[in-house]
Amino acid sequence: MAITTRVVDRPVDESSYIRATFQGLALSFKHLVDPHKVTVQYPEEKWDIGPRWRGTHRMLTTEDGTAKCVACGLCPTVCPANCIKLVPGEDAEGNRYPLVFDIDEFRCIFCGYCQEVCPEEAIHLGRHYENAEYERKDFIYDLKRLTSQTHPVCEMWDPADPRGE
Amino acid sequence: MTHAMSLLLQAANPQLPPTDGMFILFGLIKAGAAFGIYMLCVAYTTLAERRVAAWIQDRLGPNRVGWEGFLQPIADGVKNFMKEESMPGGVNKALFILAPALAFVPAMITWAVIPFASPLPVPGVGLIDMVVADLPVGFLFTLAISSLGVYGVTIAGWSSNNKYALLGGLRASAQMISYEIAMGMSTVCVLLLAGNVNLSAVVSQQQAQGWNVLLLTLAFFIFAVAALAETNRVPFDLPEAESELIAGYHAEYSSMRYSMFPLAEYANIITSSSLIVALFFGGWDIPFTTWDNLPPWTITKTLATMGMYVSKVMFFVFAFIWLRWTVPRFRYDQLMSLGWKVLLPMALLYITAVASMVLALDYAALAREGMAFRGAMLGMNLVFVVLVFWVLDRGRIISPAFSRLERERVNRLRAVAERSDLLTGKGA
Repeated sequence: MAITTRVVDRPVDESSYIRATFQGLALSFKHLVDPHKVTVQYPEEKWDIGPRWRGTHRMLTTEDGTAKCVACGLCPTVCPANCIKLVPGEDAEGNRYPLVFDIDEFRCIFCGYCQEVCPEEAIHLGRHYENAEYERKDFIYDLKRLTSQTHPVCEMWDPADPRGE
Repeated sequence: MTHAMSLLLQAANPQLPPTDGMFILFGLIKAGAAFGIYMLCVAYTTLAERRVAAWIQDRLGPNRVGWEGFLQPIADGVKNFMKEESMPGGVNKALFILAPALAFVPAMITWAVIPFASPLPVPGVGLIDMVVADLPVGFLFTLAISSLGVYGVTIAGWSSNNKYALLGGLRASAQMISYEIAMGMSTVCVLLLAGNVNLSAVVSQQQAQGWNVLLLTLAFFIFAVAALAETNRVPFDLPEAESELIAGYHAEYSSMRYSMFPLAEYANIITSSSLIVALFFGGWDIPFTTWDNLPPWTITKTLATMGMYVSKVMFFVFAFIWLRWTVPRFRYDQLMSLGWKVLLPMALLYITAVASMVLALDYAALAREGMAFRGAMLGMNLVFVVLVFWVLDRGRIISPAFSRLERERVNRLRAVAERSDLLTGKGA
């Protein structure tokens, strides 16, 4: 068993209490009067969040306003938190569409797999994080709510440009 | 007849002391006003602490409630009153409830004897002293009452039925007793110069002789350190050392009962600052002028001196906060060593020196207000300041004797470490 011992060499000859305290006071006073403060005044000022920020979901729509989703069932399959509820429907021409598409924001871990797996680029995570609600039931986002979100969507990681430049 | 005449004369002349009835009435008014203002100041010291702490740490601090956070203390008070009061199992109920009051009241009472402005002439009444109670034993009273403050803390710790709280309370009592002695000793020098224990007399002595901080810097230094320790503030906040004792003596308290302890701390800060100002910084004296010290007294003088006094006290309150956010906490053994092995002997030596000097100068029949007396005191003070701040405060570590690492021992240890792979971990 190796024991690592560090022999403390405190420069006793140079130690002082009173003068060192005054030096410390001078330093903290410098910070006291320094106009540069790091606090961000949150509701008024906000941080710029990154282009790959994964936040509140958003469902993109086609030109006629319906969801792009084709109810393929890939996203509920890939979802590790099992938070997507999808009930597929089919119209007269045989086109599949979601009858129910609910995302439980409580269960969601914001991994972004649903966005990555989506073949139609329909479901996206958004660059948005203020998703507090007053009631628990309001955290289950239905299709209407997902399509009516307007915040910018999260960009996917591009292997050709790994740093997002 | 003559009595009635003198009463009339008093009433006519606002430069004479008031009649007994008026004295009592104005005493009550002063007590009420001082209580209100004091409580307000305590509340706003909490805000000052939070904001200064934030600025020192490059943050902004609470600035939302009201303009720049000026209603924050009120919001805090409302919050604390609305919170649930918890009563843990096994507490001694009577003492548990009494302790916060015991902590708070002494800090406030102490303030009653501190003069805060030049006397105020009230037309038709007489000259009102701007001190709540001008006790002849003024300073002894503050010493007696401030020692009572430890009861609140200790009883809070003991009655909580919690081992950390008890440890905090015990530390507080040990610490306060240790530093009380150094504090009392350091002020003996001031009383030697003033020849009186009445704080108004101490203030007028400083107006005549110059501020005591110039003549007795070392006494001021010891007093300030001991005052820091008495208020349980960093670097002496061992009783509530959060990393060791959760919150120390108030670990079991909640809501307004808890809030009384921080309030008591801030009340103590204001009282200590007021005492420092009264004893060492000339009280309400305005420096470089004698206009404010001489009768006839006017309302302008009262307001000006009160402004001076308030700004001095505010500076020291700020200094207390500033120190808190600068220096780290002492270790317990260092705390005790500092109190008993450094401050107390230093204070005793200093008393001896000052007493001998004063005695010698009095024998030489030098007037106390004279240049020669002041010059001699100033010279001795300079020697002591250089000695303590530059010579003695060098190459020493406040610590128990056995933990001191001598240079030779360090080298020996290092040699052992070099030889042994086990110790350095190189062989592993």
